[in-house]
Amino acid sequence: MWELIRANQRKSAILIVLMGIILVGLGYLIGFFVDGMSGAIWGVIIATAVWFIQLLIAFFAGKDIMLTTSGAKPITPDMHPQLYNVVEEMRIAAGMTVTPKIYIINSEMPNAFAAGMKQEDSVIAVTAGLLGRLNRDELQGVVAHEMSHINNRDIRFMTIAGVMMGTIILLAQIFLRGMMFSGGGSRRSSNEGGGAGQIILIIIVIAVAILAPIMAQLLYFAISRKREYLADASAARLTRYPEGLASALEKIASSDAQITTANKVTAPLYIVNPLKRASNKRVSDLSSTHPPISERIRILRSMSGGANYVNYNEAYQSVRHKSGVIPQSGLTDLADMPIRQGLVNDMSAKSTARATGDIMMTVDHYSFVNCSCGMKLKIPPKYSAGFIVCPRCGTNHTL
Amino acid sequence: MIALWIVLGIVAILILFIVGAYNSLVRLRNQVKNAFAQIDVQLKRRHDLIPNLIETVKGYMVHERETLTKITEARSNAMNANTVSEKAQTEGVLSGLMGKLQVAVEAYPDLKANTNFLALQEELTSTENKLSFARQSYNDQVLNYNNKTQVFPSNVIAGMFGFKQGDFFEIADVAEKEVPKVKF
Repeated sequence: MWELIRANQRKSAILIVLMGIILVGLGYLIGFFVDGMSGAIWGVIIATAVWFIQLLIAFFAGKDIMLTTSGAKPITPDMHPQLYNVVEEMRIAAGMTVTPKIYIINSEMPNAFAAGMKQEDSVIAVTAGLLGRLNRDELQGVVAHEMSHINNRDIRFMTIAGVMMGTIILLAQIFLRGMMFSGGGSRRSSNEGGGAGQIILIIIVIAVAILAPIMAQLLYFAISRKREYLADASAARLTRYPEGLASALEKIASSDAQITTANKVTAPLYIVNPLKRASNKRVSDLSSTHPPISERIRILRSMSGGANYVNYNEAYQSVRHKSGVIPQSGLTDLADMPIRQGLVNDMSAKSTARATGDIMMTVDHYSFVNCSCGMKLKIPPKYSAGFIVCPRCGTNHTL
Repeated sequence: MIALWIVLGIVAILILFIVGAYNSLVRLRNQVKNAFAQIDVQLKRRHDLIPNLIETVKGYMVHERETLTKITEARSNAMNANTVSEKAQTEGVLSGLMGKLQVAVEAYPDLKANTNFLALQEELTSTENKLSFARQSYNDQVLNYNNKTQVFPSNVIAGMFGFKQGDFFEIADVAEKEVPKVKF
């Protein structure tokens, strides 16, 4: 597993260098176009500076931004022991030293994400919709997937790549808009000799300014999709129970609710693409951050013979008819990892949904009163009267 | 002159490789030790949970007195075990009995409605899971470490510096051999 992480880090470095070249190249070209050679150097400096500032923001505030924009609230272990235990179990299975902090998002759409630049400072957020629908094994599959993102350093990598992509897009947009407003006028001090040369230059720079963001995005989305497969493979290996994650993905896919607080950059951190509309769009496009859910499910379910990376790779190859997705160093993982049995008894759907509703209320500072007739009264935080009357039996409870 | 530089270069690369392999072996061996400590943590946690569990279910599970007594016994045996193989054996017996208990609970609807018990059951399921994941993680680490000590270039370094193979932690699940008794 450690070999896999190191291999990922090497590949990540290469891809980042590639993106960096696009970034610097774009800066250079734009600068050159605006002001010749000296402009080119300034272009590179400005591009790098913008990228660096955005990176600093992402590194230091990225996790908090994700948490705030999604409306996630922290929970304590006693609020939902099962979720906390499931996360702890996955931490042990992955050999991590620190348990990620756990947050709940008040949304009906079942989804989950992981955030945090360092392993010691990571968080996992789960929506109420997810908690209410999944049983223990399925929840464990989802948590394992998210923790694999943390373990495989995906978050750090995707953030760096995302910020680069954002900077490239930003620079290209500023340039193109600037072009439109100034009517393509050249403020260059040096003569390039001949109108034809200038026109060709203009065309080249505009073409690059349009293509660079597209290339950057395609790269980013391809990386993102590959990372999702890897996280699925790691989750199957950690839990030794691919059916758990498969079944969870199935339940998530069949629900209609949508998350409104994600965008194309933060989408890769969620387990399922939060931007998919409810209609069954079978567009497996290059601009999608996640592979199609149906494929992920099929791959997980065709894992026979074991739960290690080799088994996942074989399943992947048989479903997608493409060369495998696991890097070579992960395929040295030849240990026999038999798939275990699923959990037999678990809470009923109704009690799960009710328990989840209660947790959301606790997080929102509701208070609870247990009436002796068996009814549980749930009182909103702003309720100011000093007493409440039980609607079932009429007993007066002082608050 | 050039020959000298080439030889120096080769020596430098060799040294780097040796250092790298040695460090990896040390890191992997430490991960194995760490993972083993995790198992101990979970075992202790289970020992601590059991008295509370027995208190909660005693009143309800009137037909399971025997199993409960056996569990208490198995627990003290496990707490007194010292060597790894003793531990593996006694903990295996305890795991089997806990499994039996969880199956037996199905026959007591009163117990399942008790909120205390539900919380305890979650803790028990979780403890058994954590134990099995700790073992899983430990065995994974041992495998990694053993691989590194056996694969060609690093096995030389392993031999030179005395890195020994790790042992896998096998707990025999005693319950698998018993057929659960059905009572009507």
